[in-house]
Amino acid sequence: MSGVQTHTGTASHYGRLRERVGRHEPAWLTDFRDRSLGRFEDLGFPLGSDEEWRFTPVGAIAETPFGPADVPNEDDIQAALARALYGSADFAQLVFVNGMFRSDLSDINGLPRSVEVGSLRNACQSHSDIVRANLGAVASGGPSFTSLNGALMDDGAFIHLPAGVLVDRPIHIAHVSLSGDSPIGVHPRSLVIVGEGSSAVIVESFHGAGDMPYLTNGVFEAVVGPNAGLEHYRLQMEAESAYHVGRTAVRLARDARYTSHSVAFGAAISRHDLGAVLGGENGVCTFNGLYMGDRRQLLDSHTVIDHATPHCESHELYKGILNGHAHGVFNGKVFVRKDAQKTDAKQTNQALLLSDTARIDSKPQLEIFADDVRCTHGATVGQLDADSLFYLRSRGISLEDARSVLIHAFASDIIDRMSLAEIRSQLEGVLLASLPKTSTAFWEMAE
Amino acid sequence: MLKIDNLHASVEGNEILRGISLTVNAGEVHAIMGPNGSGKSTLARVIAGHQDYEVTAGEVLFDGQSLLELEPEERAWAGVFMAFQYPIEIPGVNNAYFLKAALNAQRKARGEDELDAMEFMSLIRGRIRDLDMDPALLNRPVNEGFSGGEKKRNEILQMAVLSPKLAILDETDSGLDIDALRIVANGVNALRSPERAIIVVTHYQRLLNYIVPDFVHVLSDGRIVRSGGKELALELEERGYSWIEAETRPAAVVA
Ligand SMILES: Nc1ncnc2c1ncn2[C@@H]1O[C@H](COP(=O)(O)OP(=O)(O)O)[C@@H](O)[C@H]1O
Ligand SMILES: [Mg+2]
Repeated sequence: MSGVQTHTGTASHYGRLRERVGRHEPAWLTDFRDRSLGRFEDLGFPLGSDEEWRFTPVGAIAETPFGPADVPNEDDIQAALARALYGSADFAQLVFVNGMFRSDLSDINGLPRSVEVGSLRNACQSHSDIVRANLGAVASGGPSFTSLNGALMDDGAFIHLPAGVLVDRPIHIAHVSLSGDSPIGVHPRSLVIVGEGSSAVIVESFHGAGDMPYLTNGVFEAVVGPNAGLEHYRLQMEAESAYHVGRTAVRLARDARYTSHSVAFGAAISRHDLGAVLGGENGVCTFNGLYMGDRRQLLDSHTVIDHATPHCESHELYKGILNGHAHGVFNGKVFVRKDAQKTDAKQTNQALLLSDTARIDSKPQLEIFADDVRCTHGATVGQLDADSLFYLRSRGISLEDARSVLIHAFASDIIDRMSLAEIRSQLEGVLLASLPKTSTAFWEMAE
Repeated sequence: MLKIDNLHASVEGNEILRGISLTVNAGEVHAIMGPNGSGKSTLARVIAGHQDYEVTAGEVLFDGQSLLELEPEERAWAGVFMAFQYPIEIPGVNNAYFLKAALNAQRKARGEDELDAMEFMSLIRGRIRDLDMDPALLNRPVNEGFSGGEKKRNEILQMAVLSPKLAILDETDSGLDIDALRIVANGVNALRSPERAIIVVTHYQRLLNYIVPDFVHVLSDGRIVRSGGKELALELEERGYSWIEAETRPAAVVA
C-alpha cells in the first residue's frame, strides 16, 4: 500500500538528514536526536485514521522531500524582516533565518543581566546541564512531528529567568523562512524557563516568503516556576506556500500564570498543538486563540489543558473566521484529574463561516475525574448575525461595511485581550487588510 | 411622503399583513395602535426592509419612489428611520463609532461632507444632554448590557442625530418610566417639522399624551380596521380593543 511505502520512504529521507545535523554536539544531545528519530520512524507521519489527525491530512507534507535550508540572500531576508520585526518597539529580539540564529540581526540589550537569552544551540554547550534537564521534558510524547523536530532540530531561543526577575521588555523570537529552488524544512526549537516569582513576555512569530513549499515544524517548551508568570504570543503569519506544524508545551508550578495568545493567519496547512499542565495548586492558565483562513487554507488548533492539581483555573477562548473554501479544526481537551478538586475550567470556541464552502470541525472534549469542580464549555458556529446586520444597515451602513464591522468585532474580542499595544495594532492591521476596503472610514476614529 | 397601498406581507408562508393602505404626509404624526400580534412591528419592519418578510402584494412609495426595491441602507439614505422595539446588542462595536459611521454613510450617500470626529462630538453632545443620557453609554458597545430604558434612549439619540424624514417608532414607550417617557417624547417632538413625518407604533395611549398624533389607526389581524383623530386613542384606552375587533370580525368573515 502506498501509505506504508510513503512512511519507509520519508523515514529514510529524514534518517539521512539526521546524519547531516549535529556533528559536534554533546553526546547527550546526539542521544536525544537519535531517540527522537527512532520514535519518529516508529510512528511515521500521522495518518487520517489517527483520531487526532482526522481532519488534517498531512500527505502533502509526508510526500514532499523537505531538504535542509540554504542561506538566503540578504535582500530577501531584509524584506521579510521588515514585516516580521517591530521596528520602533521596545522589544528585545532574537532572529532566526531558516532555523539559523542571526546574532547580527538580534538585539538583547535592555534586559536584566541575570536573564540568559540567546540561541538554544549555543546553550546546549554553554548551559548544558539546564538544557539537558529540560529539553523534551515538557514537550514529551505528542505527535510524531515533535520527534521529527527533536531529531533535526535547528535553532531557536533559550530564555532563562532565575528567581525573582520581572522582565517588562517583551522578547521577540522571530522565525523567518525563505525557501529557494527546492522545498526546505525548518525545525525551530525554543526552551523557556521562568524561575520562581519571575515573569516574562515572549512573542514568537513565524513569517515566510516564496512560492516554493516549505515546512516549519516548531517546538516551544516552557517551564513556569512557582508564582511565576509567562505571557506568550504565538503569531503564525507564514507564506501561503507553507506547511506549518507547531507544538507548544508548558508546565506550570504552583501559583504560576501562563497566558497564550495564539494566532494563525498564514500557511496552506497549519496545525498547532498547545498543551499546558497545571502541575501545582492555584495555577492559572489562559488560552486565547484566533485563526483566520481563506482560499483552501486548513487551520487546525488542538489544545490540551491538564488540571493535574487542585484549585487551578483555566480560561480558554478560541475564535475562527473562515472564508472561501477554508477549513478550520478546533479540538479542545480539558482533563481534570482525580485529585484536582476545586478546578475552575471554562472553554469557549466560536467560528464564523463567511462562505457556504467554508467549514469547521470543532470538538470540545472534557474529561473530568474529580467531583468538586466547575467546568463549562460552549461552542457556536455560524454566519454573521442577521439581526445585527439589519440593525447596522437600517442606520445607513452598507451591507459590505456592516459585514466588516461585525467580523472585526468578532476578532477584536481576542485582540483586545492582548496586553502589548504593538501586537494589537499589528493584528488590527492584518485584520483590516482582510476586510473590504470601503470600510476603512469606519475605523478612523478608533485609531 | 409615504403611500402604502394594499400591502400584504408574509413570514415563513404565514400572511401577517393582509392589505394595508396608509398615506402619511409631510408634517403629520400618525399613531398605529392595536393588540399584541396584530402586525404593528411587521409593518414597521417591512417599511425598513427587514429580510424576514416577503411582500406578496401591494406597494410602498416614499416620495414617489418604491421603497420595496431598496436595500435597508438605501432606505435609510432616503430618510427612513425605524426605532426598534427590541434594539439589537452588538458586542465589540463602539456605540459612538457606530453612530458616526451611520451618520457619515448617510451624508456621503446624499453627497454631503462627512463630519470629522470633532464635529461629530459637538453634534451629539447636545443631543445626549437633551435626552438626559449617560455619556458613558457612547463608549460602550452598541446596546450591550444597556437597560431597557437606555436602549430606547439610544434609539432616540440615533434618530435625533440622523434626523430622518420619516421616523417610525416601534413601541418606544415600552419599558420607560414616566420621566423617561417625557424626555423621549420631547426628543421626538423636537423632530416634528413640516418636512418630516412620524409614525408612532404603540400598544398604549400613554405616549400619545406627550406625542399628540394627527391620526390614529387601529391594526387588527394585519388590517387597519379603524382610523380617526387623536380621540380614537382615548376611546381605545377606555374601551380596549375588543369592541373594534368584535365590530370588524363579521366583515372579515364575509371578505
Ligand atoms: N420574524 C418573524 N418570524 C416569525 N413570525 C413572525 C415574525 N415577525 C412577526 N411574526 C408573527 O407575526 C405576527 C405579528 O407580529 P408583530 O408584527 O410583531 O405584532 P405586534 O408588533 O403588533 O405585536 C405574530 O403572530 C408574530 O408571531
Ligand atoms: Mg411589536
